[in-house]
Formats: sequence, structure tokens, C-alpha cells
Amino acid sequence: MRIQRRLHTPRWLLVAVPAGSLLAAFIATAVVLLVAGNDPIYVYARLFERAFIAPGALTNTLITATPTLLTGLAAAAAFRMKLWNIGAEGQLYVGAIGASGVGLALGAQAGPVIIAAMILGGVLAGAAWAIIPGLLKAYFNTNEIITSLMLNYVAGLLLTYLIFGSHSFWRDLSSFSARQFPQGKVLSDAASWPTFDLGVLVLPFGFVLGLLAALLLWLLYRSTIFGFQARILGDSPSAARYAGLKTRRVVVAMMGLSGALAGIGGASEVGDFRHLLDARGLQQVGLGYTGIVVAALARYNPFAVVLVAFLLGGLTNAGYSLQGPGFPSGLVGVLQGMILFFALGGELLLHYRISFTHLSLSPLGERVSERG
Amino acid sequence: MNDSIVVVLVASSIFYGTPLVFAAVGELLAERSGILNLGVEGMMLIGAVTAFWSVQHIAGPDWLVLTLATLIGGIAALATSLIHAVLSVSLRANQIVSGLALTIFAGATGLSSYIGNVAGLGGQPAKHEFTAIDVFGLSGVPVLGPILFHQNALVYASWALVILALAYLYRTRTGLHLRAVGESPQTADVMGIAVARYRYAHTLAGGLLAGVGGAYYSLAITPNWIDGMTSGAGWIAIALVIFAFWRPELTLAGAYLFGLFSSLGFVLQARQVPLPPELLGALPYLMTVAVLVVVSTGWAKQRLGAPASLGVPYVREER
Repeated sequence: MRIQRRLHTPRWLLVAVPAGSLLAAFIATAVVLLVAGNDPIYVYARLFERAFIAPGALTNTLITATPTLLTGLAAAAAFRMKLWNIGAEGQLYVGAIGASGVGLALGAQAGPVIIAAMILGGVLAGAAWAIIPGLLKAYFNTNEIITSLMLNYVAGLLLTYLIFGSHSFWRDLSSFSARQFPQGKVLSDAASWPTFDLGVLVLPFGFVLGLLAALLLWLLYRSTIFGFQARILGDSPSAARYAGLKTRRVVVAMMGLSGALAGIGGASEVGDFRHLLDARGLQQVGLGYTGIVVAALARYNPFAVVLVAFLLGGLTNAGYSLQGPGFPSGLVGVLQGMILFFALGGELLLHYRISFTHLSLSPLGERVSERG
Repeated sequence: MNDSIVVVLVASSIFYGTPLVFAAVGELLAERSGILNLGVEGMMLIGAVTAFWSVQHIAGPDWLVLTLATLIGGIAALATSLIHAVLSVSLRANQIVSGLALTIFAGATGLSSYIGNVAGLGGQPAKHEFTAIDVFGLSGVPVLGPILFHQNALVYASWALVILALAYLYRTRTGLHLRAVGESPQTADVMGIAVARYRYAHTLAGGLLAGVGGAYYSLAITPNWIDGMTSGAGWIAIALVIFAFWRPELTLAGAYLFGLFSSLGFVLQARQVPLPPELLGALPYLMTVAVLVVVSTGWAKQRLGAPASLGVPYVREER
């Protein structure tokens, strides 16, 4: 068996490979389900029903897709230039802290003012948190994978500290029960983000922001100088340096942008859905890590991120509503992992051709391949 | 004297650092062959959950059950690492994404949680657990007793592992070949070394050791099963390899330093020192960042760097 690089990839493969990967992932997960004694067809049917068909399912799917759309864009932006920011999780927490802090402080203002300030709060907080590994990468050449990841745990502990470990500004201390069972202060009604009722589904404002961000990110990479520089830096760092690019500036700026996107995700969690700083809830769902899955499956294309976030949102949403006997926890992660594995394996088929030939050695010792 | 805070701290930092030694030495072997595996956290959790399942379901004397359980944890994690090996060696996939996928697949919201849930492992105490052994009856010796002679079996195994890894890397022909594969697979290939076979073998060895490290959590540190119970230790192990300049003996020092920060919280709390536990909890992570910054600067990199081909797939036709 020989693996040869393709000179060009046929069109049909671009559709066939992802579809085949998805199918293979579902088959492989079915095997896991069978081993554990569950009926895969029944589980998949219920999954699909709860994700897209049942009344209100599409709305719930959009709700779960919103934060992962934003963290997916955050990962896609950075990964496209081979900047491995896997800190979207922490950047989202910090974005939520920033947005809820601003929202609480401006409680008496008019709705649009608060909402704009909350978005800004999320953007700034997320960007600031991401710029730390960005600066370390740019000036000390520190591996951003590890540093951005370590900061996720620090951000999680900060979240816990603000609600459970201290009497902070974010914590509700107004009643006796709130002091016994720590939780965040609830934001005023004016700080709730609007929704758009389209009949079959209700569109959260955060999702609209995500769509807008996807468009802007696509434009940024396609037609701005900064995007061009980022692409060069991603494809060939040495070429970028020889061309005299201000490498450090691009790295720090891209980290900031990536963190800002994740920060909007955090702001949307507060403004769209939770309406308080939910220290425990935010840490239970792994929104940032799912964003990496989304970005990788979308092959860092912003529009594909929207589609993948929607599909995975359906999966996650169905996973939540089905959790219980007959639908074990952890299944959604297994399925997501499988999809990723097969998508990664499928990449090979896009770039290489597998041919079955016999290898033999010529008298001169050179390898000669003969079609078998 | 043996109750003094320093002795207690040193002894417990060894106790808490030991799973990191296993996982970091495993990752080090994989990275020495040129394979970066970011799936350590996932593999550790698979090791933890399968080892815990084993102690609940195997009957027998403590030592036998614990040995079997640790082995089963290691082998389950080895099987998990095979996915990464196939993807990154044979299929030439992006190792960063593949490793992350492994952690998502196996980690706190994936297969390990699924197994724990299906087998109903949550909320029960372990039927067997690793406890400290009084070696040669020397545990009462001042200062050294609690530190060196009153630890559990896996701690002693981890010391043996570090010595073996050192001997393997620097005193055997296979170890020399391994380093060649990680530095320059082209050269190794020309020398007749089977690059792919080395990369497979050491990625799998990394999986095995990560599984043992995971088993340490569910059998020694907190003998029960909780989703995501390693809480980031796998990631710290990856950082440790860099921290240790890819040398086994230094992973030991690094792991105990991190163990110190994990145990500092418990010890200070027990002595009622008023510090928020979240701050102490954050220290190991902040330490990792700080250490990485120091280690990444030019002078340190030049002295002892990463394997030159780390993370780069080797394709014979394209050399």
C-alpha cells in the first residue's frame, strides 16, 4: 500500500469525505452503545428528534449553539494562523465576569446602553485574558497551548472565588438563604438581551452577534492587510519574518481578537440566558473546549463554524434533554470525539491518494513501483 | 519532629506529585519519538475509571487486586492512545487537534464519564486502595522516615520508573535510536530504524503510563470515582515535560514542586492559615506559566531543547 500526495483534490471528495466521516463516527459510536447495552437506532432517533424536530427543539438548539458559535469563531480565528489558543474556556468565563460586572453596575440605565456596555465588557475582559498568553508567546516564545490552557483553570478558580469564596460585588448577599447558598446577583430586566421570534424558532441576540462576527472574521482574513499578514504568518513564519512583518504585533492582536470573541460568548451567556454570574453552571458545560471541536470540524472557515456549531448544538441540546436512565452522560463527548477522529482521518484522503502497488527493488537498489 | 510542617509538606508533595511523574515520563517518551500527545488528561481519566471499576469487581488480596487494577487502567489508556498513534503516525493528522480530540473523546464529558455512568461507579468508596507501606519498619526515623519510608507502592514504582527511563534513554541502543527518531527521522530512517514503529511504541507507552497515573487518582488520592477527577493533571504533565527539558530525572523534581502546591492548600487549611483556597488552587497553574516563560527564553532552549521533529509527521516520500 502506498500513500501519495494528490496534486489536486477532486470536487466531489470535498463533500464525500466530511459526509463519510460523519457517518463513520455515528457507526463507531453505535458500537460503543451496543457494548454498553443500549440500542443505537433508538438513541439516535431520540437524539435527532430532540435536536431538530420536537416543538421548541430548534430554539433550544440555537441556545446551546450560541456560545459554541462564538468560542468556535475564537478558535478558528487563532488556529487559522496556527496560533493554538485553547484558552477560549477561560476567556469565556472572564468575559462573563466582565459583562455581568458592567451589567450590574449600570443597573439603572436604559436597555440599549446596558447591553452595549455588557458586550464591550465581555470583549475587553476576554481580550485582556487572552493577551496574556499572546504577549508571552510574542516576547518570550512561550508555548501558548500550555499557557492559555493553564489560565483556563485560573479563570475557573476566579469565578468560584467571586461567588463562593468571597463577598464580592457579583455575589447576591441580599437575603439569608442567598448567604447560605451562594449565587450571583440577578441583573435588572433592562440588561436582558432581546430575542427575535421567527415563528418556527426564536433567535437569541447572541446568535445574531455570532453571525455578524463570522462575516467580519471572513472579511478580515479575506480582504484586510492584517488578515493577509496573519495568513502568511500561519503558512510560513520564516517567510513572514523575512518579509519584515511585525510578527509580535500580529500574534498579540490575533490573541486579543480570539479572546474578544470568546468574551462575547461569555457576555451572551449572561445577557441571553443566565442573567447572573453562574459560577458553577458555566464551568460544567465546557463551552470553550467544544469551540475547538467546532473550529476543527469547520476547518477554520467562519461560515462552516456557523453550520457546525448549529449541528453540534443540536447534539448537545438533545444530550441535555435526554440525560437520565437509558441515555448515559458522556455520550455526547464520545460522539464529538469520534466525529473529530474520523474528520481528521478523512483529511488524509483529501490530500493523499492511497494506491495498492507492489514495491520491488531494481538491481541498482532504487525503489521502483509497479502497479499490481 | 515528624509532625513538623516541613516534613509533612515534603512527604505529601511526593504523594500528590507521583501521578504527574507517571504521566510526564510517559509523555516524555512519546515526545522523544516526535509525537506530541495532548490527550494525556483523557487517557488519565480512562485509566482512573477502569482501574476503579477493577477494584470494585475483582476479588482477592489487596496487593493482587491493586496490581491488576493498575495494569488494567494502564492498558485501557494504552488502547486509547492507539487512536492518537494511528491518526498522527499513519494518517499524518495534525497532532494538536488529534490530541485535543482524544481529551474530548475520553475526558470529563466523554468516554470516562460514560463508563463511570454505565457501570454505576459514582458515590461508592473503593474496596481496595493504595496505602502507605512502612518500609523496613523505618517510618519512625526522624525526618527521612515519613518522606522516604512511609509511602505507597506506586511512589516506589515511580522512582524505579524514572531510573529505568534514564537507563533506557541514555544507556541502551533502542534509547539512542529513539532519540534519533525524535531529532531527525530522516537520518534514523536512513540508518535503518523503523521510524513509524518507534513512534507507535512510544506513544502507546505514554498511554500506558498516563493510565497508571490516572489509576493513582482513583486508587490512592481520592479512592472513589468522580467525573473529571484528575482536574487538569494531564495538562500539568504536558507542561512538566517542557519544564524538565525532556529529561526523566527532572520530571521528578518538577512533579514534586507541583505536588507541593497541591498539598500546601490542604496543609495550610488544616493549620488554619487564612488564605483563600482558590488562590492556592491557582498556584500550580500560575507556576506552570511562570516556569514555562523562564524555560522558553533563549539560553535555556539552546542548552537543552525540544526534540527537533516534535509534532512533525514523517513522510518518507517527502523528505
